[in-house]
Amino acid sequence: MSQQTSAHGKRLLSPFNVVTGCILLVGLVLTAMRFLGGLGTVTNLDDNNPWGVWIGFDLLCGVALAAGGYVTSAACYIFGLKRYHSAVRPAILTAFLGYALVVFALHYDVGRPWRLPYPIFVSQGTTSLLFEVGLCVFLYLTVLFIEYTPAALEWLGWRRARNIVVRMTLVLTIFGVVLSTLHQSSLGALFLIAPSKLHPLWYSGYLPVYFFVSSLFAGMSMVIFEGTLAHRYLHAKMDRTHLEESEGVVLGFGKAAAFVLAGYFFIKIIGIAVDDNWHHLVTGWGAWFLVELIGFVALPAFAYALGVRERNQRLIRVTAIWTVIGVMLNRLNISLVAFNYHLPSSQRYVPSWMEIATSIFIVTLGIVIYRFITTRMPILYEHPEYRTEH
Amino acid sequence: MAPVFHTLQEFMLHTKNIVYLLMAAGLIGLPLFWWFLTERDEDQRTY
Repeated sequence: MSQQTSAHGKRLLSPFNVVTGCILLVGLVLTAMRFLGGLGTVTNLDDNNPWGVWIGFDLLCGVALAAGGYVTSAACYIFGLKRYHSAVRPAILTAFLGYALVVFALHYDVGRPWRLPYPIFVSQGTTSLLFEVGLCVFLYLTVLFIEYTPAALEWLGWRRARNIVVRMTLVLTIFGVVLSTLHQSSLGALFLIAPSKLHPLWYSGYLPVYFFVSSLFAGMSMVIFEGTLAHRYLHAKMDRTHLEESEGVVLGFGKAAAFVLAGYFFIKIIGIAVDDNWHHLVTGWGAWFLVELIGFVALPAFAYALGVRERNQRLIRVTAIWTVIGVMLNRLNISLVAFNYHLPSSQRYVPSWMEIATSIFIVTLGIVIYRFITTRMPILYEHPEYRTEH
Repeated sequence: MAPVFHTLQEFMLHTKNIVYLLMAAGLIGLPLFWWFLTERDEDQRTY
């Protein structure tokens, strides 16, 4: 008996659990501080910089990197690429958790959580892009939840309810693609209102297009990255179909991401030409812009292409991480680094450690929930009772 | 040195000229990139 208790204690005190527990504990303290003491207690936000790292990272990066859900389900159910079917459930789960955490993180910024339904049901600001973003995220989160439920219903053994939801797959996928196209681009369009605040190299009339196109390769790269992590840490949970199809998913998504990245690079250059911003490229800001454009767009496009040509799985998987970092860099450049670029450094925004710790807390929460679900529900494997249905 | 524009027409003419040249480069460059990407594919289509 005492041996059993000791073994159970050891399992609970694994390095993952200890680190996660500490982060969650600090996060809960910071949450209490933010909601009891207000924004000023934990953030460096001010009137010049009302949007900080919570918007730049949690929201903009979160939404872009959750794009794997609509990209994968569209590839499988709309374009009929059934060989990617095993990637759909993990991608939908990641997208669902990503969007749920975006909404969760938004509470830290706007406060008063009980007012969350107001913009949708009580006081609609129909002339505002933020209203469109809010409505799309609300609807898409609902769609993602419904798309995720078959896994939970299979786990619970509720066959009838599961079959009803599965019959709606195509409609939900189409709805998801439409909503994603709308709000991914609208997040970029939010910055169109601030041409004097955002540096000309990042500001463009094409910002909505840039945000949407970059969400495509962000989503594909996240699917590859997430698959890599699942292979490493949840290998035992994957069935034969998942293991056999994973190479095809990596090669297929790598190829698509390479071409979309090349197209994105091309339209970014067009954007510079349309606004005649060439002279900015020889400044310090220009150097930083080129780091983003060449270092995190052009080179990953080439690396992806090389990986696909050589069928080099490792290179594609590394490039996926590289691309994910690039998308995060782009969103942070637009929302934080190149935003208010004209202000003296004393008035520039630098996030407090508590803002960063809160973001880490939210990401950790996502990882814990992902792990909880994938170790219990049929996400990385097909439920034995439904194996013949595809 | 950045060119000086006196009218919107001059600005549009200048930027559009460059965009047209870039479009030509893209029309050549992107198919070449696609060829580089898919050259070694096993299931080459025959139609």
